[in-house]
Amino acid sequence: MLTGERRQGLALISPTLLYSLLMLAAPLVMVLTFSFWSQNYLELDTTLTLDNYREAWSKPIYSTLIFRSLKISLIVTLVTVVLAFPIAYYLSFHVKQRKALWLFLITVPFWTSYLLRVFLWKVILGYNGVLNTALKGVGIIEEPLTFLLYNANAVVLTLAHAWAPFAILPIFVALEKIDRSLLEAAEDLGDGPVRRFFRITLPLAMPGVVASTLIVLIPTVGDFITPKLVGGTDGLMIANMIQIQFGKANNAPLGAALALSSMLIVASISAVIFLLGKRFGGKVQ
Amino acid sequence: MTSPLPKPIIDLTGITKSFGTFQALKGINATINEGEFFSLLGPSGCGKTTLLRMIAGFETPTDGTIVIAGQDMAGVPANRRPTNMVFQSYAIFPHLSVAENVGYGLKTRKLPKAEIAQEVEQALQMVDLGGLGSRAAHELSGGQRQRVALARALVMKPKVVLLDEPLSALDKKLRDQMQVELRQLQQRLGITFILVTHDQEEALTMSDRIAVMFDGRIAQLATPEELYRRPVDRRVASFIGVMNFLDARATGRMNGHLALDIPALGSIELPSAQVPEGLDLRNLETIGIRPEMLTILFDGSEQTEHVVRGEVTGTAYYGDMTYYSVRLPGHAEDVTISMRNTAGRSIVPPGSEVPVGWGADSIVLFQ
Repeated sequence: MLTGERRQGLALISPTLLYSLLMLAAPLVMVLTFSFWSQNYLELDTTLTLDNYREAWSKPIYSTLIFRSLKISLIVTLVTVVLAFPIAYYLSFHVKQRKALWLFLITVPFWTSYLLRVFLWKVILGYNGVLNTALKGVGIIEEPLTFLLYNANAVVLTLAHAWAPFAILPIFVALEKIDRSLLEAAEDLGDGPVRRFFRITLPLAMPGVVASTLIVLIPTVGDFITPKLVGGTDGLMIANMIQIQFGKANNAPLGAALALSSMLIVASISAVIFLLGKRFGGKVQ
Repeated sequence: MTSPLPKPIIDLTGITKSFGTFQALKGINATINEGEFFSLLGPSGCGKTTLLRMIAGFETPTDGTIVIAGQDMAGVPANRRPTNMVFQSYAIFPHLSVAENVGYGLKTRKLPKAEIAQEVEQALQMVDLGGLGSRAAHELSGGQRQRVALARALVMKPKVVLLDEPLSALDKKLRDQMQVELRQLQQRLGITFILVTHDQEEALTMSDRIAVMFDGRIAQLATPEELYRRPVDRRVASFIGVMNFLDARATGRMNGHLALDIPALGSIELPSAQVPEGLDLRNLETIGIRPEMLTILFDGSEQTEHVVRGEVTGTAYYGDMTYYSVRLPGHAEDVTISMRNTAGRSIVPPGSEVPVGWGADSIVLFQ
């Protein structure tokens, strides 16, 4: 028997629950099933097989793309978090008034769509783009630079910019939560600012740093818009390949196996980061 | 107890502090002696915490000098001062164990590991937490956190330990127990303790000397007994314990005595020794008398210097004591009289007329 309170609770979450079951769990189960089937020209062969995984894990093209994706998103994550930390720190420790205004300004990039922001970088970095025109205008270069766009660097730059607010906010929240008397206590016990930062501030901000890392890392591995628009052929990532398999190549089972494989890899990396963070952050409650 | 000549450890000269237009401290002068248990007592907002934080190095005075152990502290950051603080919130590092918390400062001093471990264990034993070093910070109770904070300060062997309302977060029983323990520990170690508190009882029971602060100034700096018996003004008198204020007028001075007219009690003569120096007798308007200095004469067997008659208007029973509100003729407000509930003494019901005994030596004069 359901008690009144339980029934009320279930009723309260049921729309969300239903929605996430339909929109998240169901497609995931579908992808999982697909990955054990195979494509026979236009028809799906529903006999269970591991062939897709065998192909995904043995063909060099796929591992190259996976490694490139991981490399790009790890660099993006590192750049983003390392740049986000000082901003969050400044915001938490040095902005006394108008904190809300600052937070608001940090979210300004969200006002335009992701797609537009990626296009913006295309405009800035392009052959006849803002940067090249400016550099030519002041006479630093004679011919437009071609290494700016359509490579992995452009992908890193674009993604790092797009994800910066997501990295700043969790670190900011973690820093805000640090009891300021702990910092005074550390100083009182003989620590200068640098020692204090590494012994108190950083370990206590670790949950925020880990959250930022994961928030940036997980979606960027699977991003396909940025690599497609600014990545050129060098900048293509695993998600582009998955998209091709589901689309042009008409091999959904292989696409599903690739998707699940990269999901597994990202999940394990995330778990490692989480555990490392926990270890460095110490026994925070 | 014979005490050697007191040796100053902290000299505060002309300290002021302004936060914008608000003046938190308006000229503090005080000398704190080595090995002394010194309290800064006052209501919230009187500047006592600001003063303590200044000694610790977390605030800089707008004006004035702080000298600790002969060294001017201007420009010396908190991490280089010979002081250690017990914070009001205890500020126990949540990501470190008890031993790591206590050994935090020793690690900064780069002592060998074995020595740190030994010192930490000694400090923990000193506060009765021996063997609990491996506990995580969040496993501690409020009282234990307070002890860890204390051990963490003491292990640094500072010249001065600063305590910012260290007992305010504890329940009454634990607080009473910690008062005694803190005092004993301080006397055993001989380290100077400076305590900030708004609890007058706490200050009275623990301190060698107390500075009572109001509105950024020290109103009176004295021993607990002197503060209680000879408060300098009405504010100090009513902040420390309970005081009855009665209208009074000086009527004359003759052969070493001061003649006083107190409408509620009658006319008396006070020995001149009891008149504070510098008191302008023309402005004398009020005298004070403590509730326990007034006695309800139950059976007439007690002898007191003077007797007036009053009417009981109310009682408050405290177990060991009863507080009476008594109306005296010629005085608008009721006075408070405290009586011990000794054997065979029953409580006088409101409405009864009682004789009230008192002595001239318990009169305190105020401007």
